[in-house]
Amino acid sequence: MIEVRDLHKAFGTVKAVDGVSFKARDGEITGLLGPNGAGKTTTLRMLYTLMTPDRGQVLVDGIDAAQDALAVRRELGVLPDARGLYKRLTARENIDYFARLHGLPEELLDSRREALVKALDMADIADRRTEGFSQGQRVKTAIARALIHDPRNVILDEPTNGLDVMATRGLRQFMQHLKSEGRCVLFSSHIMQEVGALCDRIVVIANGRVVADETPAALREQTGEANLEDAFVKIIGSEEGLAA
Amino acid sequence: MNMKTTTPIMRTRAFVTVFMKEVRENLRDRRTITSAFLTGPLLGPIIMVMLLNITLNRQLDKAEKPLPVPVSGAEYAPNLINALKAEGIVPKPAIANPELAVRKQDADVVLRISPDYATAWRKGEAVQVELIYDSSQRDANASVDRLSSVVETYARQQGAMRLVSRGLSPSTAWPVVAAKRDQATAQARAALVFSILPYFFVLTVFMGGMYLAIDLTAGERERQSLEPLFANPVPRWKILAGKLGAICTFSAASLLISLVAFGVVGRFVPTEKLGMELNLGLGFSGQVLLLMLPLIVLLAALQSMVAAFAKSYREAQMYVSLLMFVPILPSILLSTMPIKAQGWMYAVPLLGQHLGIMQLLRGDGVTPEQLGLCLIGSLAASVLGVLVTARLYRSERLAISG
Repeated sequence: MIEVRDLHKAFGTVKAVDGVSFKARDGEITGLLGPNGAGKTTTLRMLYTLMTPDRGQVLVDGIDAAQDALAVRRELGVLPDARGLYKRLTARENIDYFARLHGLPEELLDSRREALVKALDMADIADRRTEGFSQGQRVKTAIARALIHDPRNVILDEPTNGLDVMATRGLRQFMQHLKSEGRCVLFSSHIMQEVGALCDRIVVIANGRVVADETPAALREQTGEANLEDAFVKIIGSEEGLAA
Repeated sequence: MNMKTTTPIMRTRAFVTVFMKEVRENLRDRRTITSAFLTGPLLGPIIMVMLLNITLNRQLDKAEKPLPVPVSGAEYAPNLINALKAEGIVPKPAIANPELAVRKQDADVVLRISPDYATAWRKGEAVQVELIYDSSQRDANASVDRLSSVVETYARQQGAMRLVSRGLSPSTAWPVVAAKRDQATAQARAALVFSILPYFFVLTVFMGGMYLAIDLTAGERERQSLEPLFANPVPRWKILAGKLGAICTFSAASLLISLVAFGVVGRFVPTEKLGMELNLGLGFSGQVLLLMLPLIVLLAALQSMVAAFAKSYREAQMYVSLLMFVPILPSILLSTMPIKAQGWMYAVPLLGQHLGIMQLLRGDGVTPEQLGLCLIGSLAASVLGVLVTARLYRSERLAISG
């Protein structure tokens, strides 16, 4: 469970995040939806303690990020906006590196890694050096290394960015799979159909503020629009920055 | 579900994990390998061999080879010519314009004997022979010196004989004789030639860790792997420590290779022909290694620090290359201002190493006091460097790939 209370973050005079609060529950997929530049990535970066909020609180499984950042990171599996791999290492070696940084015992490492390689359908690329990987192969490897320590909470920043149709489908199924395991899945997106199809709960962010926090059905009801796309446009107040 | 590993295990493992990964990854990079294990450490010895061979050959050539000298008016002074021949100088037929010839480097030096030589000689008067040369042609100077000393020796012998024939002692004419007693030991003479050696060692250390240091921040950021790395439950300073460890290992390996190469080269350079003695053996290598140890850490920290300011790999490369000129400073300083080494200078990083290595080369050895100053000074600087770099590494902006 991830809880965010009244987060603020400014870069100079630009208020990137200006009072964001929401909850992402276990066994649910929570979507963070908003146009480009709405503050999604900055919010997530404060969640996985890469940045310190100017104000507000981040709680992961009840642990305060300001008190114990390392403990919070231990509870999280993160696919950040930057998903660079070490190109001179194979996919397996990339995964193992993060596993060891998490302090995963060696006897557990093999079975965890192989389970992920199977679940993400990446057996054919696992022993190749990641240089020259396709976008889809890169995301798979990055997700595998993010989940190697079996975290209860999973944060994915625009996971389907740059993926083709097949890879996107596979990834969505995988997220459903994570949800069915009872994990808390939080992901950001600017693609409303994706959010509508996947999420149990949608948090809409615009200009650094939460403008809606509902189930997809409630959103439609609230705005009086049968179509999600129209509902979003109505909530955000403009069509700028949203993709179908 | 949660894997709460005990913290004590993690503590040692994070450093080792980062260290091992960096070493493994960089061992797979041809550019890093070439720079750290080939060009970096071998550049110095190769340049050294080339330089030495050129100087050696030139000096040996000039000293032993017959020296051809065009002589005009040789027929007026057959005895002088014979004396020249006895010293390995080969008289050549006169040439038309000796002044032009030396300026065009057709001849190193030309000897001109005037037609009245014979008459003056017979009368017992002082006679003049002309040595025509161009002192701006440095290459010719050895020949000029050789010819002029042969002529002077001949003159002195003849003078002495004239005095004796008149019943006088030769010492009447030369009441004061300057005797040269060169105190330079054979090793000290070698040290003069080898004064760029300390810089080569610093350069080697520099090049050994350079690519790793750039990769540490700028590289990771450019390929967008720093953010995921920092999402791991490991304090940043431990990641930095692992990476610095890898940089130091590579640069230390470079230095070792370089020392071995210099040791091998030192064995084959015929320095004794120049009256020099050069000891680049185990004792020398060991002490250089000791002197350089804190510098390895300092350079690793400095390189990482400079690279951390850069936004891209290329930019970092430029900054680090500029940093490479800093270690030259002590060498330039000492060669332009031949100041006497003061005690405190040993505590200055780079300068201390330079002085220490020069002492070792001269065969004087380093006193424990000098060694201590050098180690403490450089160690303090490297601790400072590491702390500043660690501070930089903590900054929020560092992780963001932009």
